[in-house]
Amino acid sequence: MSWAGKLLRVNLTSGTCISEPINMKWAKEYLGSRGLASKYLVEELDPKVDPLSTENKMIWATGPLTGTMASTGGRYTVVTKGPLTGAIACSNSGGYWGAELKMAGWDMVIVEGKSPKPVYLYIENDKAELIDASELWGKTVWETEPAIKTKHQDPQIRVSCIGRAGENEVLYAAIVNDLHRAAGRSGVGAVMGSKNLKAVAVRGTKGVGNIKNPKAFMEATRAGKAVLAGNAVTGEGLPTYGTQVLMNVINEVGALPTRNHQDVQFDGAKDISAEAMATPRASDGKAHLVTNQACFACTIACGRISKIDDTHFSIENKPQYMNASGGLEYEAAWALGAANGVNDLEALQFANMLCNEDGFDPISFGATVGAVMEMYEMGVLTKEQLGIEAPFGSAKALCYFAEITANGVGFGKELGLGSARLTKKYGQPDLSMSVKGQEFPAYDGRVIQGIGLAYATSNRGACHLRGYTIASEVLGIPVKTEPADTQGKPELVKAFQDATAAFDSAGICIFTSFAWTLADVAPQLQSACGDEFTVENLTTIGERIWNMERDFNNRAGFTSKDDKLPKRLMTEAAKTGPGKGSVSGLEKMLPEYYKIRGWDPEGRPSAETLKRLGL
Amino acid sequence: MQKSLHINADKCTGCLQCEMACSYEHYGVFNTSKSRIKVFEFHDTGKKVPYTCTQCSEAWCLQACPVDAISLDIITGAKVVSDDTCVGCKVCTISCPFGTINYVQDTGKVQKCDLCGGDPACATACPTQAITYVDADWTGLDKMREWADKLGNQNSSN
Repeated sequence: MSWAGKLLRVNLTSGTCISEPINMKWAKEYLGSRGLASKYLVEELDPKVDPLSTENKMIWATGPLTGTMASTGGRYTVVTKGPLTGAIACSNSGGYWGAELKMAGWDMVIVEGKSPKPVYLYIENDKAELIDASELWGKTVWETEPAIKTKHQDPQIRVSCIGRAGENEVLYAAIVNDLHRAAGRSGVGAVMGSKNLKAVAVRGTKGVGNIKNPKAFMEATRAGKAVLAGNAVTGEGLPTYGTQVLMNVINEVGALPTRNHQDVQFDGAKDISAEAMATPRASDGKAHLVTNQACFACTIACGRISKIDDTHFSIENKPQYMNASGGLEYEAAWALGAANGVNDLEALQFANMLCNEDGFDPISFGATVGAVMEMYEMGVLTKEQLGIEAPFGSAKALCYFAEITANGVGFGKELGLGSARLTKKYGQPDLSMSVKGQEFPAYDGRVIQGIGLAYATSNRGACHLRGYTIASEVLGIPVKTEPADTQGKPELVKAFQDATAAFDSAGICIFTSFAWTLADVAPQLQSACGDEFTVENLTTIGERIWNMERDFNNRAGFTSKDDKLPKRLMTEAAKTGPGKGSVSGLEKMLPEYYKIRGWDPEGRPSAETLKRLGL
Repeated sequence: MQKSLHINADKCTGCLQCEMACSYEHYGVFNTSKSRIKVFEFHDTGKKVPYTCTQCSEAWCLQACPVDAISLDIITGAKVVSDDTCVGCKVCTISCPFGTINYVQDTGKVQKCDLCGGDPACATACPTQAITYVDADWTGLDKMREWADKLGNQNSSN
């Protein structure tokens, strides 16, 4: 077993909370978390619905390993139809909330309809109720969580909630739990806001006690932890430097998108790197980085906790930001920094704190600011429109934009649209560095060919977490492939995409895959859930999930025309670095990718493929 | 030789493996709410601090118990609750200055750290050695070594 075996169905329109058994046939076919929640969504939702309408549904889901001693077994996902892309959205988060939901005895929460007034969902083991949230509406994430704990006189409650960005339907609003962990991408927070749902607060005291073979499970998880501890990335690099270990590495390979992807190397990279975070500042002699932090059950502990320089302009007369807080992770440091040409570490952390406090995605926000800065330099946008001078490299503009986005003040309302809609509005659609409306993460897709293909074909729009081929193309995990090669990349991307879907659906963190293959995951799932979860079966489950998501997107109206990269990556060659002169070879890779996926030239899974995967 | 649980909060990452190991050892379930060791997170400073019974010699809980349900394990030094004897009156929870003995609704008894009979599961599960199980007389050894290193290895002024 290891599944709780039941889901909570909440109808916000009628105000009901009903317990249902989990469809165990689906659990065996889609595992849990991302896979199982997506199965429920595609079965129940018309792919054509408006993501911000009453008809959309959203699902909070844990996996079979969530809430157990399996390393990193604390993940949950939020699955819905995303407002940024119009595609299936699936955002994954760590922290402690997912394990709390599982320990309360639930695999999932399905939320339907729309509440007539702001509410939050409170779950205490089997009991679930909707509670008036009119006093919480308008509050930030950092105000909401303590307010709920105080109200219930229970500091052990865990909260997954939106800030003002979600309430105001910023199209890349996040759902934040435990103050600074987030289901960050694709605008899942905006869907929550559109439903007048402020938070899901959980207290679980039942625990996870139905492991199939506890003795074998303890042995398998111990072995898994030993592999993580002995690996250079998960045992040393990530705990010491965090994901920020990548900043200098990716800059050196010439794949650090800079100034809205005009360049592939950033001269300020060293100033915003892991090494810079650990170096004592001139002002107070203290390092920016305070400590590392783990999510629930995680034996890697890549999370960063930092403290801004008290004298920095961004927090002048703002004592509430003078404490330690989450950040910076690599993606945020890149999007807020290199993507805008800003090399002020303290400013990046300030903007990052606002992303956590008000619940919006630093990747899409930072990349949108990058497009705005380019349009400012072109003269398309002016100081009068923006409220500030905003050339590339302006830390002041970055901080100002971060302050006006969540509550939609002035130009903040437009920043909240994301780069695709914003650039289109001002007649410059080619300046949006996005796929399917979602902004790129921190690796250049014209220099590293595999990741370009992974972005173009990702089911939730541009994303590094749907097929992290950087592991192979840069770090040599599990085998080194050449970034510039297009040959072999369709196979590589498919293998990463399928395996990732299985990792995600188990309820563990994808970062384990730096050290683990499915051969390390299988014994943990077999002892927890059942013998059928072999490496082969897990690979098939991953492929099944991928095709199911794709099929949903096809029915939502996406075609092969949407599997494309911005013109800039196809025509403007990298100017410097080892990949100088290269553009994306997507047109060579995409047909091959469709072929090995068993899809027709329009990018639709063939009837044969669907049948083979039981779809 | 008796050993003590030794906690170095600087090394704690907040992963809660210790809490799960504790609940699994005593109840056969992964359930942080049943753990006898708790990790406290102080968000404003980034500190994570594991905290549990120190097995104090005075043992106020043991002294306060009206039915002698708490006894000394002479091998490990742990003060151990006997579920058969405990009546759930909770007086021990009031007398403990540190809050490390607590009532359990499900059983109607109290629970506290019993050092797992001499092989504490929390220390085994801790991935960073924030929790170790060391010679009870020398819990200060690591700190002494640190200072010895600082003082003894600095350049002599003359």
